[in-house]
Amino acid sequence: MSNKLNLSVSPHIHSKNSTSTIMRDVIIALLPAAVAGVVIFGLRALGVIAVCVAVAVISEYIFNYITKKEQTIGDLSAVVTGLLLALNLPANTPLWQAAIGSIFAIIVVKCLFGGIGCNIVNPAITARVFMLIAFTNLSSAAFPTLVDTVAGATPLAILKDGGLVSIESLVFGTIGGAIGETCKIALVLGGIYLLVRRVITWHIPIIYITTTFIFTFILQDFDILQSLSFTLSGGLILGAFFMATDYVTSPATKWGKVIFAVGAGLLTVVIRTWGSYPEGVSFAILLMNILNPYICSWTPRKLFGGKGK
Amino acid sequence: MASFLHGVKVPHRKNTENMTAVKMPVGKIVSIPTVMHIGAPANVVVKAGDLVKVGTLIAEANGYVSSNIYSSVSGKVLKIEDKLLSNGRVAPSVVIESDGEMTVDEGIKPYEITSKEDLIKALRLSGIVGLGGAGFPTFVKFDTDKAVDELIINGAECEPYITSDSLTMVEKTDYIEYAIQVITKFIDIKRVIIGIEKNKPKAIGKMRQLADRNPIVSIKLLPSIYPQGAEKVLVYHTIGKVIGQGKLPLDVGAIVSNCTTMASIGEFLKTGMPLVEKCVTVDGDAVAKPQNVIVPIGTSVSDVFEFCSGFKKEPKKVLYGGPMMGISVPDMDVPVIKNTNAILAFSEKMAFLPKTTACIRCGRCLNTCPFGINPAGIEKAFKRDDLDAAEKFGVALCMECGCCSFVCPANRPLVQTNKMAKATLLSQKKGK
Repeated sequence: MSNKLNLSVSPHIHSKNSTSTIMRDVIIALLPAAVAGVVIFGLRALGVIAVCVAVAVISEYIFNYITKKEQTIGDLSAVVTGLLLALNLPANTPLWQAAIGSIFAIIVVKCLFGGIGCNIVNPAITARVFMLIAFTNLSSAAFPTLVDTVAGATPLAILKDGGLVSIESLVFGTIGGAIGETCKIALVLGGIYLLVRRVITWHIPIIYITTTFIFTFILQDFDILQSLSFTLSGGLILGAFFMATDYVTSPATKWGKVIFAVGAGLLTVVIRTWGSYPEGVSFAILLMNILNPYICSWTPRKLFGGKGK
Repeated sequence: MASFLHGVKVPHRKNTENMTAVKMPVGKIVSIPTVMHIGAPANVVVKAGDLVKVGTLIAEANGYVSSNIYSSVSGKVLKIEDKLLSNGRVAPSVVIESDGEMTVDEGIKPYEITSKEDLIKALRLSGIVGLGGAGFPTFVKFDTDKAVDELIINGAECEPYITSDSLTMVEKTDYIEYAIQVITKFIDIKRVIIGIEKNKPKAIGKMRQLADRNPIVSIKLLPSIYPQGAEKVLVYHTIGKVIGQGKLPLDVGAIVSNCTTMASIGEFLKTGMPLVEKCVTVDGDAVAKPQNVIVPIGTSVSDVFEFCSGFKKEPKKVLYGGPMMGISVPDMDVPVIKNTNAILAFSEKMAFLPKTTACIRCGRCLNTCPFGINPAGIEKAFKRDDLDAAEKFGVALCMECGCCSFVCPANRPLVQTNKMAKATLLSQKKGK
């Protein structure tokens, strides 16, 4: 029995979770929304998704190659970033603009800050905001090819002008908007998957959406239908389940999540109501990302039998 | 009680839970270390050439916090040699060649206990130490003038694979009962609570019967969530009291004793036989025949594996104890000692952990820590030499249960960093 034994510090067993299994779960959870987007907006949407994902992965690969860093594309986080960005873009986005957005997300927001886990803001959201400002000709929505709907205005714009949008179209997503944000059924399905797989907890999405609803409800003179329409419009559901829950840029503790979600909800309504852009979800999450380190330091977990006692 | 402390669902892998313990024949040589406890090494009182029997004193407690050590076999002392122990200390070991007879020392006889002093003296002589893992001399816990509200018996056994404690609860119920009766007769204890994880129906059944016979005893069922057996967790979940940083159970009026420790106490009081053998769970994917084995203390790990029909896969890692907190050993010459509750052997597949990747700040470590420590924060603070921040994140509370490293999707060595940060903090404070 002369064979050598491996010595290591405990624990000697490990859960099956890894960064790539978590990212794989997020991709699976986004698939219903992606499929719904392609069905509603046509094959052009598929093109945007393909470009964003491919460019994101290639950018990360090249960055790691040039900077002689260990290759990290296997963790699938670049795929998630590319996919999320695409789902936040309208189907008629010029493909070259989609590519530049993807490069910006990966290189500027993620890799230059040190790669996965080190970015201070969510790459996909920041890239979306960057594109909104950089490409002024980029519309914020494309319109369904599937059915005839009110052309020319997104639900949020219609609602802001005092119009009405049917709840049914908001739920099924046969409305104008970004590729992945319109079909609420698909988004909620994906969100439930993430909850069941314990990738995310309920705190951020539920509190974010509820806060937005309540604040809107107050501002809309307690009109339930109108407030519900506002809540189901724009990128709120996509943002609440998939962007605001990004580990790196949101708090880890329960109370941290509560503060983060309430803040994002209030900001979303403020921007939607008084801002010059019709949609506020991206800006709201981005602003809360910046506040995240502070929220984390305000909300540590209580130590069991710690010295403070 | 507010709620249960956090923890993780580890795979149980209690493959040996329905097997009875098998007594292994003594090997040719046993090597008994003089440190199998927390405290000073015992002083060797035999020399090469001396004849010893089962239960003969071979090393005497050196000071208050120390423990007697007895021969586990009959035979001849070959030599006293310095050996490296699993905790990194070097201490003398008594090497005895067995004559195979297992003749019992004439001095072994049941104890008559008539007072608390008698009891403490007997426990001190018994060589019994905390068998749940820590190896703290047992008599020290009971040797107190403070009021004791509860004696909490630890039957949680939350580590994967290990079943020796639950087996002891099933097979040595009488000894546990006797120990409880004697201890509560001479030490003023208001109630006795046996804490058991819900996944041990047989042990629960036996302990329920015990509780029915002894009104002072009650059972507290615990969720099968690791680490229920950790002292502070067990105390909180059984009596709802919080033991602060650096405090002991006695500070909240409780004494915690492992169920196997209690069985050993009962056996010693009834028969006079000190702690010379140990029920050990032998398991792991490399072991041909996993089972519970009653092993004479000092038997080499390789002899025990051989008794279990050797290996079906090449062993690449051998552990003292369970996979969450166990210590990996450098070779298989190391002996089974007093507080060994399991020896596990793993093949290549399980001997190496997955690759470490970047922290994604998912917060799993923070949210699974039973004590609310922030391991990821400590890791970053330790890397930038910010020990104050590490302390603020609670590193000094860390009991190294392993939950954080277990759940980390980036496979970061969080427990290891906590250990280093704690040691650095300690040496820094000593230096001041």
